[in-house]
Amino acid sequence: MKEFIIDYRRQWEIQSMIIPGIIFMIIFCYIPIYGLTIAFKNYTVIDTLSSAPWVGLENFRIIMSDKYFWDAVVNTLGISFLKLGIGFVIPIILAIMIYELHSGRFKKFVQTISYLPHFLSWIVLGGMLITWFSTTGLFNQLLLSLGIISQPQNILLDAGKYWWIATLSDIWKEAGWGTILYLAIMSKIDPTYYEAAKIDGASRLRQIWNITLPNMKSIISLNLILTVSGLLGSNLDQTLVLMNSQNRDKAEVINSYVYRMGMSQGDFSYATAVGLGVSIVSVILLVTANKITSKLNDNQSVL
Amino acid sequence: MNGKVAKEDLDSRIFDTLNIILLTICTVIIVVPLWNVIISSFSSGKALAEGGFIFWSPEFSLENYRAVFNDSSIWQAFFISVSKTTIGVVTHVFFCAMVGYGLSKKYIRGRKLYVAMGVITMFFSGGMIPTYLLIKSLGLLNSFWVYIIPALFSFYDVVILMNFFRNVPDSLEESAKIDGAGDWHIFLKIFIPLSMPAMATIALFNGVGQWNDFMTTKLYITDQSLYPLQMMLYEIIVQSQTQSMQNIGGSAVIETTTKGVQLATIVITTLPIVLIYPVLQRYFISGMMLGAVKE
Repeated sequence: MKEFIIDYRRQWEIQSMIIPGIIFMIIFCYIPIYGLTIAFKNYTVIDTLSSAPWVGLENFRIIMSDKYFWDAVVNTLGISFLKLGIGFVIPIILAIMIYELHSGRFKKFVQTISYLPHFLSWIVLGGMLITWFSTTGLFNQLLLSLGIISQPQNILLDAGKYWWIATLSDIWKEAGWGTILYLAIMSKIDPTYYEAAKIDGASRLRQIWNITLPNMKSIISLNLILTVSGLLGSNLDQTLVLMNSQNRDKAEVINSYVYRMGMSQGDFSYATAVGLGVSIVSVILLVTANKITSKLNDNQSVL
Repeated sequence: MNGKVAKEDLDSRIFDTLNIILLTICTVIIVVPLWNVIISSFSSGKALAEGGFIFWSPEFSLENYRAVFNDSSIWQAFFISVSKTTIGVVTHVFFCAMVGYGLSKKYIRGRKLYVAMGVITMFFSGGMIPTYLLIKSLGLLNSFWVYIIPALFSFYDVVILMNFFRNVPDSLEESAKIDGAGDWHIFLKIFIPLSMPAMATIALFNGVGQWNDFMTTKLYITDQSLYPLQMMLYEIIVQSQTQSMQNIGGSAVIETTTKGVQLATIVITTLPIVLIYPVLQRYFISGMMLGAVKE
């Protein structure tokens, strides 16, 4: 113990750089983690964290019979699976297409343009989408001039189409950005593989299938794990800006439900319980996805 | 043999042509909507009400921008956005670099515990409500500092910087120590200048995040004088959406004016990012790689 203190004294200068970080983590990360206990309490505005009475699993019992919660779950899963099904493959295909470009200038141009939407905030993009989809806007104009529709309509007010709007706008925003990592990995593939394949008479698609894709296997699995673990955490910013009174039934996701129950209605314990449940399921998803992909990758864990 | 090569050449050329066509379509899908927003923002109310243009507006006008700039709250919001971004980025990068430098030394006491504490924060968090209660009890509600203090630290960024510092040769530090320099001196005078590329990358990502962030305002700020551009834009959007829903078949004039204001605000809010984007683009890729290494 004495030795320990002497060491600390000797290292005071360097310890003085770390300690503020530790204090920060205790206050801003660990106190909120402790705050999760209000999920098991009945917290009201007059209570403090410790004075609120314990209610055990009561909040979770109410969640189970809450219709609005299950609606939010269905929407979250629907949107997430659409995003996973379409949004996960598009960056891979796009990255391969960019990688196969020979002209340096066009390649750079495509990359610059495709990264750009990532830097727009959801608020900005939401505003843009509302303009594009308005009855006089770009979207209706295009469909009218192509003869696909005969009457302009605002599809943001059409609840049945909301899942697609949420999915496709997310892909429009993030697909280009998603290619960066894949491109970086592909640039490390040994070019002699391709030369050998060419001599063997392999077509370009064959080369992609037999050389490019196998080389990206581990990064693709890593991305898949992270995406799966985030399945329940559908984008809150996106929902808050695109949701309106007409599409609410199809737009409400778990995150926005937590926001509404907690921040607008002040039901802190209930909202925390929902959030806690979601993070527990997310951790389970993460571990499961990691197990499955490691099985597929010859028992090598990616995480 | 010759025939085979020729056939492959042809296959390859078809592949290339298709590839270029598809990628051109992709860029068009991104560029045309953005272009449409820009020219719409420069359109007169009449043109906006009639709509029906894609690439070029029938009637250009600066009235939307005049309306936005005449409103003093936009200047206020711009000032808040700029100050929270600059102060936020500088303090965040310095704070993370300081902790990262300390943790990059393998010999320090308690290092294992510190790192374990940090890793836990990467996977678990209290979530929205407990964090809100904390911010409230710290008295940060409706304070400018709520933009800065909770955003000071991120263990991801600490790990990136820690790895970067570790690659600096030990001999630099040793010779400085022989000359009698303390840790703080070595950190400020040797490591910080050497790590500019890594710090610039983190600054860039953090800066874009700060500029685009609106949840912090939505959760913790009700005082309109502290609204950044993003929150102002959000209010305009929500307003115009409720209006347009009440106005279905009603007054088109109000709707198009708010639409014009909304478009001009969108362009103004995005402009700073679009301006720095080409300058900083080369950092993105190295930044993503730094990010990948940590995983």
